[in-house]
Amino acid sequence: MDALIAEFPRFVSGFLGTLRLCLFAAIGALVLGTLLAAFRVSPVPPLRWVGTSWVTVFRNSPLVVVLFLFAFGLPQVGVVFPTFGGNSFFWPGVAGLAAYTAAFVCEAVRSGINSVPAGQAEAARAVGLTFQQTLGSVVLPQALRTVVPPLGSVMIAMIKNSAIVGAFGVTGELFSVDGALTAAGYSALSSLGGVALAYLAITIPAGIGLGVLERKIEVKR
Amino acid sequence: MTEAPMIRMVSVDKHFGELHVLRDINLEVTAGQVVVVLGPSGSGKSTLCRTINRLEPIDSGTIEIDGQRLPEEGKGLAGLRADVGMVFQSFNLFAHKTILENVTLGPIKVRRTPKAEAEKAGIGLLERVGIADQRDKYPAQLSGGQQQRAAIARALAMKPKVMLFDEPTSALDPEMVNEVLDVMTTLAKEGMTMLVVTHEMGFARRAANRVVFMSDGEIVEDAEPEAFFTAPRSDRAKDFLGKILTH
Ligand SMILES: Nc1ncnc2c1ncn2[C@@H]1O[C@H](COP(=O)(O)OP(=O)(O)OP(=O)(O)O)[C@@H](O)[C@H]1O
Ligand SMILES: [Mg+2]
Repeated sequence: MDALIAEFPRFVSGFLGTLRLCLFAAIGALVLGTLLAAFRVSPVPPLRWVGTSWVTVFRNSPLVVVLFLFAFGLPQVGVVFPTFGGNSFFWPGVAGLAAYTAAFVCEAVRSGINSVPAGQAEAARAVGLTFQQTLGSVVLPQALRTVVPPLGSVMIAMIKNSAIVGAFGVTGELFSVDGALTAAGYSALSSLGGVALAYLAITIPAGIGLGVLERKIEVKR
Repeated sequence: MTEAPMIRMVSVDKHFGELHVLRDINLEVTAGQVVVVLGPSGSGKSTLCRTINRLEPIDSGTIEIDGQRLPEEGKGLAGLRADVGMVFQSFNLFAHKTILENVTLGPIKVRRTPKAEAEKAGIGLLERVGIADQRDKYPAQLSGGQQQRAAIARALAMKPKVMLFDEPTSALDPEMVNEVLDVMTTLAKEGMTMLVVTHEMGFARRAANRVVFMSDGEIVEDAEPEAFFTAPRSDRAKDFLGKILTH
């Protein structure tokens, strides 16, 4: 653990870097995943098709392949990401992680939607609500209770997966701290031990926060 | 020229896979009429009811509400559904909303009524069905009879042209049936156009202008309540009435 103590500021900045990466990716994954879930239950066949294809492709591909695709494949077809603080891998990394995680978010949200009795959506449509209003005002709020626990697991998995983004070139996040420290002469064990602890410092509080959130939703109604 | 009927179904057919649930349905309900639909289980009563606001699409034929053909899925259909109130056997109140919120959701979201105005009207409707004191509770905290009255108030809040009822009292304990039927009888007297699937003969006799008897997806008889109950013409209706009257 000597690396953790001696190089504490590096760990702090790596910790913050991972938080930042995960924050952007989480927002992207939650928004996109919910949208995809709405697509998958929509009455419009082409939208359903988009949702299903997305989930099939991203859930069944290795994350590393997805990330390489976003970082190297997309620029070849003209999709150029801006740099972030001089790092050209940050936004491709965020986008790849978000696109990949969105597939899992979609499935969690969709199973939540399916847990709401069909009569609820039917009553909403009978009142004259549109598909979007039915989903937004009646179905999703009720799906939330069943969606939070699996969504939490998806988010914690995403935080861990963010290390892979660091491994292939996003500097300034936690996993890249290990490479820097090993290069500076610290033993792999001591620097990796510090990195592992720092990840736990994100994922364990995230898990606790999730438990609080679950209980909060439970008492409502 | 006579006015268009409030509900008009012409040669409506519908299948569920192999099953022919609605066979050449022709039905007209003029404004202010109350029609009770009767028939054995599985005869297609619920399906008939649900095709009228297109919760179930049909295979062929036409359905018009107040002279307007049912639009395809989308904004137009939502607009038409707003004019057709529906009351379900299992109430289907929005479980995450209070009784008052249940009643105001449609007016606020669909009719764009300002919240304060929608609440005022909603409380008025809840008073009419006798549950204004329950307005801040959630559906699960109410008795079945109260929930169904709230569901009627929710439908009325849209100021519908027609009300559809699919066995509104079948899920209720016997002592709560009348409180719901009373609300429906009053509504009928006030001139609401109603299509009611029910086996409550008292209600049919008291409030209905016509009784429609369905069997195997067909409309077999369409008669005045007294005539139907005392002298059914078809064997299928005689058989059916024999069964429900002995129970
Ligand atoms: N979504 C569906 N998919 C397949 N078959 C269905 C569906 N809904 C209804 N059916 C079948 O269609 C037939 C007519 O059903 P419907 O619910 O309209 O009958 P009903 O007259 O309302 O009966 P009940 O008195 O039991 O409510 C039944 O045989 C039923 O099993
Ligand atoms: Mg039925």
